[in-house]
Amino acid sequence: MPALREPGARYAPPRVSTLGLRALLLIALSIGLMVADHRQQGLAMIRSGLSAAAWPLQMLVHSPVAAWDWLSASLRTHRELLSDNAALKDAARENDLKLLRLEAIEQENQRLRALVNAAPRDVERVQAATVLRVDLDRLRHRVLIDRGTRDGVTRGQAIIDARGVFGQTINVGPLAAEVILLSDPSHAVPVQVERNGLRTIAVGTGDASRLTLPYLPRNADVQVDDLLVSSGLGGVFPAGLPVARIVEVRRDPSQPLAIVTAEPAAALDRDREVLLLWSSPRVALPGAEPPPPAAARESRAKRPASPP
Amino acid sequence: MHERRSPRLTLLIVALIALVLSAVPLPHVLDLLRPDFLLLTVIWFALMMPRAGGLVFAWAAGLALDAFHGIVLGENALAFVVVAFIVHHFHLRMRMYTLSQQSLVVMALLALYQFLLFWIDGVAGHPVTAWARWLPVATGALLWPVLTGLMGRMMMRG
Repeated sequence: MPALREPGARYAPPRVSTLGLRALLLIALSIGLMVADHRQQGLAMIRSGLSAAAWPLQMLVHSPVAAWDWLSASLRTHRELLSDNAALKDAARENDLKLLRLEAIEQENQRLRALVNAAPRDVERVQAATVLRVDLDRLRHRVLIDRGTRDGVTRGQAIIDARGVFGQTINVGPLAAEVILLSDPSHAVPVQVERNGLRTIAVGTGDASRLTLPYLPRNADVQVDDLLVSSGLGGVFPAGLPVARIVEVRRDPSQPLAIVTAEPAAALDRDREVLLLWSSPRVALPGAEPPPPAAARESRAKRPASPP
Repeated sequence: MHERRSPRLTLLIVALIALVLSAVPLPHVLDLLRPDFLLLTVIWFALMMPRAGGLVFAWAAGLALDAFHGIVLGENALAFVVVAFIVHHFHLRMRMYTLSQQSLVVMALLALYQFLLFWIDGVAGHPVTAWARWLPVATGALLWPVLTGLMGRMMMRG
């Protein structure tokens, strides 16, 4: 039987098919890569290199949106700008007043914390970042922001928006970082009910407008409309940032745990501008309970929050 | 008949376009329906030009997808290689099929791909059980006739 020759190939010697062997080799290579990457060691360099290589393409994907933004910004009328300006000035004045009061309270707070020997809680630095309009994964809640190691971003850094906690960084490249949102099914954040200090964990559901609180007993003191703030226990998010507001509490007598759902404070699926926080590593909680339960909760909270 | 443009260059350009299409921002509903453009491209090349677009191309494309979307490196690479292997093995037979039969085979391949991803996710400890995972299987199979038409025309000209 004559060998089949593709056009263009000048000479094709009859050969044994190595297709299966090559497939096996490549599959083995993929599995090796996955194991190495899953363990999060050794591949950091390769990942960051690949991330840098992907950057131009990601910018290309983002560019129509950026162009549209630029166009709509430059086509605004003079009158619109004037009215915006006036409104912003009003808001700034109001904020100035609030800030004055806040400064006084902050000083008082620091003095009181010094009195009880509590560690000061500080957000050291804040930087704005833009969420790139790049769809990463339709089933997971991840977004890309335009800051990377070049700007000092590290893995496991808190991201907030103007209304509350947004997410945390999981993969950081030189120019961009991947952020896992609060609502990702594999993300959990240690929270506290603002009204009574009750601590628990808020877990993402895969729906950008819902979080669930799966670890609350049926008789826990939670009500609809309670505000959940970050408790600072996981070591990622500073304490006291708004996380979510409870929208539903169901107590089924046949279940040991209550079914509690909450709505995230941050606009997880709409926001374009977010803030990166650099906070001091240790954050003590006022009136914290003895460490063992806190540590246990913390490790449980951190396990699902760690990236794959 | 000989080709004027190097098939590998075409391959690279088409793959890059598919990669960009995989991340173009879409409204959520359309995003759920988004077909796996890159995998469809890989299947097409494994079917029609198995020399130029063989297993290594499939593997590289999968790896690029992993890197681009921040998935565990190697996940898509593995699934792509398995799919490309099957297509490569049966490419002479598959070329004889009618378009609708091909679409059915492609649907089976896309389902296999999603199953592999589902499986790997499960082993890695972060399963995604949403039923929306299986939507691109249907849209991909529906897109297949359009894609073969487009690609065939482009390759004829190129």
